[in-house]
Amino acid sequence: MAARPEGDLTPVLTADGVRRAFGDTVVLDGVDLAIRPGEVVALLGGSGSGKSTLLRVLAGLDPDAAGAVHRPSHLAVVFQEHRLLPWKRVADNVSLGLSGADVRARALSALEEVGLHGRGTAWPAELSGGQAQRVAVARALVRRPRLLLLDEPFGALDALTRLRMQQLLHRLHQQHGFAALLVTHDVEEALLLADRIVVLEHGRLVESIEVPLAHPRTPDDPAFGALRRHLLGRLGVSV
Amino acid sequence: MTAATGTAAHAAVPALDDTAPAPVAARAGGRRWQRAVTPLVLLAVWEAAARTGLLPPGKLPAPSDVLRAGYTLAADGTLTTHLLDSLHRAAVGLAVGSVLAVVLGTVAGLLRLGEDVIDPPVQMARMLPHLALVPLLIIWIGIGEELKITLVALGSFFPIYFNTYAGIRDIDERLVEAARTCGLGQLARLRHVVLPGALPALFLGLRLAIGAAWLSLVVGEQVNAQSGIGFLMMEARDFMQTDIVVLGLVIYALLGLLSDLLLRLAERRALTWRRGLKAT
Repeated sequence: MAARPEGDLTPVLTADGVRRAFGDTVVLDGVDLAIRPGEVVALLGGSGSGKSTLLRVLAGLDPDAAGAVHRPSHLAVVFQEHRLLPWKRVADNVSLGLSGADVRARALSALEEVGLHGRGTAWPAELSGGQAQRVAVARALVRRPRLLLLDEPFGALDALTRLRMQQLLHRLHQQHGFAALLVTHDVEEALLLADRIVVLEHGRLVESIEVPLAHPRTPDDPAFGALRRHLLGRLGVSV
Repeated sequence: MTAATGTAAHAAVPALDDTAPAPVAARAGGRRWQRAVTPLVLLAVWEAAARTGLLPPGKLPAPSDVLRAGYTLAADGTLTTHLLDSLHRAAVGLAVGSVLAVVLGTVAGLLRLGEDVIDPPVQMARMLPHLALVPLLIIWIGIGEELKITLVALGSFFPIYFNTYAGIRDIDERLVEAARTCGLGQLARLRHVVLPGALPALFLGLRLAIGAAWLSLVVGEQVNAQSGIGFLMMEARDFMQTDIVVLGLVIYALLGLLSDLLLRLAERRALTWRRGLKAT
């Protein structure tokens, strides 16, 4: 994908005053967020803090939310579960909703990019959890998104697979330059991948910190440890 | 006790569990041969009992006599004519019943308004045993072909309606949401997510419906039929031709068996994705 011109700072996504209540319970109480082109933002928050609700609002999946959201037309979502259609072969899942003569080729090359070369004709039921999630990433990638929304995408995977998927996501981001919002409860994952980390608490974004670490990042870097302690403290865990 | 449960579980495997891995299926194939022994022995005992005069031929003729009666009727074309008439009634009735059921079940499953309008009367009508409607239907539509076709349509409607409705309702909402994020509009979601997702339930409904259709046909053909397998049996009863009566029963059973087999084949082809694990 072509590199974006320097100085293009028009956000790919802006959200102003997003509110969402379920009955009397206010989950989002005025969230403002802007994501720059190519920026990876991690959204941290404890369980039940409304992270996934916010992502659904940003993705345009929640018609009952209040507030203004401007999202790009090229947007893709990866959920915690792979959500592949069991009755479509892998390649058809990837190209779902796309049209054009080269769709098949694009789907296959997206599969190759996530390391699933030659699995295009497999059924989703034949894949392992990690492979299925790779297909979900390929399904997002093939849409050439300007913004990728990821809702705890690796939360259901085992620790080793999760590490590999984090590396994969980082590599794809380097190559394609999409902006991403990564919803996670995993502080290390956020620190490994994000340019900026925002913390959601009581329905508001209470903190936004840049992560000044150079890639490749490792958890044994002292600066990494300091940020990790700070964020965990913010989430109410003392270390 | 343990052996009995084991047998029951194995018997259920070929019919219900399509995801069974290959080795189990192969073992079930071996067992299937063993399962044919008892019916064959019973058949032999029946034949022997009839031949030795233990069974009066007027009450129950020997299997070979039934077979011969069938051959005679088939040779002069009588059997084919009647069989085609019966098949025609079943096919038309089933087509009418299932089209109505799929359309109404889809509307009720997809739209809240559709559910409110369609579902209550269907639920109420379901409580009526449709075969008990015969006297009323005779008053309404007479004793001709319409009666037979209506009965078949009524019998096949309910299982397909309920399974279409349930199949659509059971679709994982998260898949529909994922399809939305992939840019699929309402019609495309219907085509790529809802209908394929409801297909397994639809097949189940169709299998139940075919059973109900044959049953309805048996009853319908005993009311003033001029042709068909049921007519053949009623006529044979009047002339005390027990062999043809039994032949009719055998044909009804074979029709049921054959249609179920064909449908299971079609199901296996259409739902390959469910056997995905078996393919590897």
